[in-house]
Amino acid sequence: MRAFLAFMKKEWMELVRTGKLWILLVVFVLFGIMNPAIAKLIPWMMEMFEESFAQMGMSISEVQVDALTSWGQFYKNVPMALVVFLLMFSGTMTSECQKGTLIPILTKGMERWKVVLAKTSMAIGMWTICYWMCYAITYGYNWYFWDNGIAHHPLFAAFCLYLAGTWLITLMLAASGFLKSNSAVLIAAGAVFLICYFAGMVPKFGTYLPTQLLGAGNLLSGAGKIEEYLWAIAVTGVLGILNLAVSVIEFDRKEI
Amino acid sequence: MLTLSHVSKSFGNHKIIQDLSFSVKEHAIYGFIGQNGAGKTTTMKMILGLLKADGGEITVHGETVHYGQNKTNQYIGYLPDVPEFYGFLTPAEYLTLCGEITGMEKREIKPRVQEMIRLVGLEDANRRIHGFSRGMKQRLGIAQALLNHPKLLICDEPTSALDPAGRKEILDVLMAVREYTTILFSTHILSDVERICDEIALLHEGKLAWNGTLEEVKHMRKGSGFCVEVCREKDVALIRERFPEGRQNGTTEFVYEGKTEEDMSEMMRFCLEQGIFLQRIEMIEPTLENLFMEVVGR
Repeated sequence: MRAFLAFMKKEWMELVRTGKLWILLVVFVLFGIMNPAIAKLIPWMMEMFEESFAQMGMSISEVQVDALTSWGQFYKNVPMALVVFLLMFSGTMTSECQKGTLIPILTKGMERWKVVLAKTSMAIGMWTICYWMCYAITYGYNWYFWDNGIAHHPLFAAFCLYLAGTWLITLMLAASGFLKSNSAVLIAAGAVFLICYFAGMVPKFGTYLPTQLLGAGNLLSGAGKIEEYLWAIAVTGVLGILNLAVSVIEFDRKEI
Repeated sequence: MLTLSHVSKSFGNHKIIQDLSFSVKEHAIYGFIGQNGAGKTTTMKMILGLLKADGGEITVHGETVHYGQNKTNQYIGYLPDVPEFYGFLTPAEYLTLCGEITGMEKREIKPRVQEMIRLVGLEDANRRIHGFSRGMKQRLGIAQALLNHPKLLICDEPTSALDPAGRKEILDVLMAVREYTTILFSTHILSDVERICDEIALLHEGKLAWNGTLEEVKHMRKGSGFCVEVCREKDVALIRERFPEGRQNGTTEFVYEGKTEEDMSEMMRFCLEQGIFLQRIEMIEPTLENLFMEVVGR
């Protein structure tokens, strides 16, 4: 346990001292603020462009903005923040193997599964903090400007997106067990995601896939039911655990 | 302390190590020599469980090494050829991390870290490792390798990239720690081997060309010849006439390759009888370099 905690401490210091922590915090805080800010700006922007729209023959009636507009932005923006997050963490395993920094650590008797577990915990831990911070900021502004009451199941919907992000992180770590460079890891994780995404277009199939969770934002307006996501949640959870198992097994077999 | 028996390893079709067997006694400094690409690093990584051996068995301190599982590594300190550390940590922080990973007692870590930093002369380098020179990284590498009192210290070409002063420092550190640890030390710098090693092994094309103590290895090629140098030039003709098979080296020196000690006695007797004054007469000892070159065929 001491070795694990010591390695976690090292991971934390790496995030702080290489500046990754601050970049992530800034990105997620900015996205958190942007969601209500964009919603707030929509009527003003429409007014600005009213004349040019009129010239094109379009007339704009009064735009209704409420908490749902802001939440809509949340579900559009968070996937972008997730991409930034994945880019930041894509090299967590491969760069250490490439540089050889793990060699002294492993030859000191550190078990390999502890390395995988520490890195997974740090990545998921950071994702949890960043994601829910972003959610809390958006929630807070929405409460201040409008009324969150009109959104159905905001927490459950947010959990679905959070789980999809967690799955992608574990997928990336599993790919790190097989591959040597962080770009290969990103491509592999991206490919699996796309396969899921396109497979999800087949209606019956879609409800069982992790990509189904990305559409959980639709719940807020009252479209859809919680039950439609339960299978996807279960499958995503199982896949996440499988990914973790694969990364442990593959990293154990990796020649360093 | 360390035994390899019939170990082999290939990368694809390329055989790196073939049927390699040797053992290292406790408290010895074992020199592992070979050209670049001879398989030294591969062998060391197999001992550390970082690479999987295709066949054979490796034991450290009586325990078998299993690939991927690092249990036997608790006895080992390892200095890689190009040690890489976390650039965002200071040497003290890095060594503390190593101490915690290796399971040292908390109260033991701090004094030991300070002791190691003093031993390798990094007291004044209390900044992040990021800007360290290669020599400084090598010294930090030795500090981390020795941190947990290893029973076996494995150094992969620790002196290859260093200037003469840096090399001497590293060799001095190795000499100083031999009292409580066994050292396996790979290199292609033969003078380093002659300076500190008790036993040596030459790896060539994945096989053990020879091994033993320095003396044993040198005696493998007994009678590689003798040389004689006379004081007066007028005696040169006498020698040439009586022992014509010699090669004249300069004006007054002859080299007799492949001759034995008996041949040299005969030369001495002849010189005594003829009243030839000798400047010097001695058997030619094969140097490690000769032996090395002979094996690698250059």
